[in-house]
Amino acid sequence: MSIKGKAYVMGAFEHPTREAPDKSTPQLHAECMRGALADAGLSKDDIDGYFCAGDAPGFGAMSMADYLGLRNLRHMDSTETGGSSYILHVGHAAEAIAAGKCSVALVTLAGKPRTSGGGGGGPRGGGFAAAPEAAFEMPYGGTTHNQYAMCATRHMHEFGTTSEQLAWIKVAASHHAQYNEHAFLKDVVTVEEVLASPMIATPLHRMDCCVITDGGGALIVTSPEVAARLKRPKVKIIGAGEAPKGTYGGKVDLTYSGAAWSGPKAFAEAGVKPSDIKYASIYDSFTITVLMQIEDLGFCEKGQGGKFVSDGNLISGVGKLPFNTDGGGLCNNHPTNRGGITKVIEAVRQLRGEAHPKVQVKNCDLAIAHGTGGSLGTRHGAATLIMERE
Amino acid sequence: MSERGTRTAPQARRVYPPAVNVETERFWKAAEAGKLLYGYCLACSEPHYYPRSFCPFCFSERVEWREASGNATVYTFSTMFHTQSGPYTIAYVTLAEGPRVLTNLVDCDYKQIKIGDPAKLVWKPSEGGSPVPFFTLA
Repeated sequence: MSIKGKAYVMGAFEHPTREAPDKSTPQLHAECMRGALADAGLSKDDIDGYFCAGDAPGFGAMSMADYLGLRNLRHMDSTETGGSSYILHVGHAAEAIAAGKCSVALVTLAGKPRTSGGGGGGPRGGGFAAAPEAAFEMPYGGTTHNQYAMCATRHMHEFGTTSEQLAWIKVAASHHAQYNEHAFLKDVVTVEEVLASPMIATPLHRMDCCVITDGGGALIVTSPEVAARLKRPKVKIIGAGEAPKGTYGGKVDLTYSGAAWSGPKAFAEAGVKPSDIKYASIYDSFTITVLMQIEDLGFCEKGQGGKFVSDGNLISGVGKLPFNTDGGGLCNNHPTNRGGITKVIEAVRQLRGEAHPKVQVKNCDLAIAHGTGGSLGTRHGAATLIMERE
Repeated sequence: MSERGTRTAPQARRVYPPAVNVETERFWKAAEAGKLLYGYCLACSEPHYYPRSFCPFCFSERVEWREASGNATVYTFSTMFHTQSGPYTIAYVTLAEGPRVLTNLVDCDYKQIKIGDPAKLVWKPSEGGSPVPFFTLA
């Protein structure tokens, strides 16, 4: 059984806030749900499937489902793969819909690290303390920054990748963000400016890192029958893949990500290849994240990512692979330190032809959204989603 | 390349005490005696790290915890700035016995570290817990 053509993304909403001191996290989830329902043209009681992850406060999906007043649920999923969770949830929603377990699935993400002091950069602790690896990793001051940075150090060593090449990823994102009125950072930057920004964790500079923002987003995934009676353009889900990657008992290889497995599965299910893709949402927690995922998804050979991303190749209207045309996590938004949902949302905008005219890809009928959640340097969950305009 | 460190006076970085459980207490007892243990599977002959009660490759429970020589090479690293305790370097080193281990490179000039450099084991105290294995350039 395949999910190809069995479900549609019919509602997508990105909260416009980037700083929300006056709202609670559950409230942001509710506002995102309201936005996605309005976009789809559905109402609360139509929802019979609910998906959320670790950012949802409370007891799995129970607290939020109760708070949101979701009374008709017959399917729930709170799979946690960090920032990629929401890309994975769309695939799971399509599976549930294909199996007849629900027909209108809601996915929400929201949180406020910017105004509540959770930068996501501190040593990992809290709920991770009981993890089997904790005693062997926590003493070493691992942060999101330095763990991803170790991948960049190794990539540079093996393949000759340079800081200038990584900087091009941020430059491309900034070219897109200038047209997004809600983007947290709207200024176009140059390679030189990225290299001159403070060193955070060698070899990554501040501008190699994503923004820290409050906010959130929501998606509505429906059955073909529900999609057929809605007025919005139909975005069909045609392939999905997911995979964990870890440290494998000490057989650590930081030159690739879980995209090397999730990508081929999604492409095979969709029956398309990387060169067919018109627009790519690629998770950009850091510039190195983008570069490695582009290689692992097959947009170029392993080790050639540096060359591939240079000279504006990711800029819409300029390069071969327009990416993150909302400005991505690097410039626009990385709500609650999790960028997966905004990846799906911008891909939906592109497929509907509703991206900003300055960044809209012409005849955009096939798009990918891919994410890495957790740590590229230790263990993470990769999720790939391929969608087409119908 | 800007390498601004901390704006306040550096303090020693806190080394959190490792959370010991009944499966791993053997490892931390050995640590107190200055021995770094890794897992070795008698069924499939694969070494692993961190050590556990079974082999993560073939799932056999015929696992021995052996003492590592303490010799290693640098697989990758990153030096973190803008911290309250000043710059520190996280790294993976490849043990002479095979497995790659997450650690810090300490007691050396971070500007001199290169991938492939030989490294050797040193022990550092944690805050009220077992000593923790670190590495320095050999």
